[in-house]
Amino acid sequence: MQTDFKPVIVGFLCNWCSYRAADLAGTARIQYAPTLRPIRVMCTARIEPEFVLKALREGADGVMIAGCHPGECHYVEGNLKALRRFTLLRMMLGQLGIERERVQLVWASASEGKHLASAVDRITEELRALGPLAWKRRVLAQEAMMEEAVGR
Amino acid sequence: MAKPTFAMYWAASCGGCEISLLNIGEQILAVDAAFDVVFWPCVADFKYHDVENYPDDYIDLCLFNGGIRNSENEELAHLLRRKSKTLVAFGSCAYEGCVPGLANLTTNQATFNAVYDDCISNDTTRYQQPQVVSQVPEGELRIPVMYETVRALDQVVPVDYIIPGCPPEAHQISAVLTAILSGAQLPAPGGTILGAADVALCEECPLTKDVKQITRFYRPYEISPEPGLCLLEQGLVCMGPATRGGCGALCPQVGMRCEGCYGPLAGQDQGARMLSAIASVVSAGPPGMEEAAQAAAIEEAMATLADPVGTFYRFSMAHSIMGRAKTVDG
Repeated sequence: MQTDFKPVIVGFLCNWCSYRAADLAGTARIQYAPTLRPIRVMCTARIEPEFVLKALREGADGVMIAGCHPGECHYVEGNLKALRRFTLLRMMLGQLGIERERVQLVWASASEGKHLASAVDRITEELRALGPLAWKRRVLAQEAMMEEAVGR
Repeated sequence: MAKPTFAMYWAASCGGCEISLLNIGEQILAVDAAFDVVFWPCVADFKYHDVENYPDDYIDLCLFNGGIRNSENEELAHLLRRKSKTLVAFGSCAYEGCVPGLANLTTNQATFNAVYDDCISNDTTRYQQPQVVSQVPEGELRIPVMYETVRALDQVVPVDYIIPGCPPEAHQISAVLTAILSGAQLPAPGGTILGAADVALCEECPLTKDVKQITRFYRPYEISPEPGLCLLEQGLVCMGPATRGGCGALCPQVGMRCEGCYGPLAGQDQGARMLSAIASVVSAGPPGMEEAAQAAAIEEAMATLADPVGTFYRFSMAHSIMGRAKTVDG
């Protein structure tokens, strides 16, 4: 395990709850791991599976999807749609050899800054234990290794 | 004036694309009359060195089917690119890897083990796994090197046009060839799709949608679908919503789910699109259920999907966002 490894978490945060929770964590000066790269979306239902896959391919070590608690969605049940996608996405990531801890779904309301911050801390620790994903270098580069073996 | 020259080559493919070209019927005679065939290993005896001896850009139209899976495929891709004015990725393998591309979900070694050792009908005492270099009394023999990752043609060399399909439908091939033979202006090259629609298969499918929520999925042998109704809403994993149309929705019309052979729509990832389509038909249980019960209902429905990655990316794994599975810890 690398102790100096700083994971990169791409966070998709819903405008109405979780992004405000992250804002609150900031204004309340809650200390948490500086690993999150937050992206504000209008609703977790806006997060297409492509966004998560692209983040993982392009260098993220993990992805956090954060939205309103079930029953509290600004758009009634957008978060339930996100939960459906997330459930299947996780199954598929397993088939692609990606550990399930790398993509996580968190419910955090606008008042739960502390909850969001501790989720980031927890995910950071879990990713640190897993090590870097480095998809392009470690997975897609298998071909380059192969070509080297052929002597080209 | 000399006739324009024609070539067709197969790399990692099954040979179905060659048959699909012959399937255009008597129009093949017009193709033969209009073109001078200069390379087509399936039907005529040409050698690789014949192609090497042609000047660059000698071949006017080259239909390349098959993905790039070994060093021979790759060498021929570069050679035919150099020798061809117009290079067409013909069929799903050349376009997006197709079924051979599913090898990207495992390792080469595991594939070899399955084919040469674990297959119960093999007599493993008599055969061994292929070796790149082997010594025989006459000297040293070399065969092409198998790559870990299957790639689509356009991931190796630039491609002018793509004709999708596994295999491409005869009427679509026919329309493209007619356009070329009549000298009609083709769309600008650069990996442009020819012979397919720009909308999803569902647009041309006559089955009726009912906006139903479903609680489980079935494999094709498990149920006889109700005629006339959308197969996805009956629990069959019909790839229509994530697949480019152009075939005329042949499979769904006879009760067979679309497998997705025409590939994704422009700029989309077929598996991810299908994931979203599946998510939108899955029931989260009756309204008013507890959060945990909803999650469990979703989980239960999704668990009835056999091999989602292999099903959703059956044709497009090599061209997908992730490209392959992580199979070794680097």
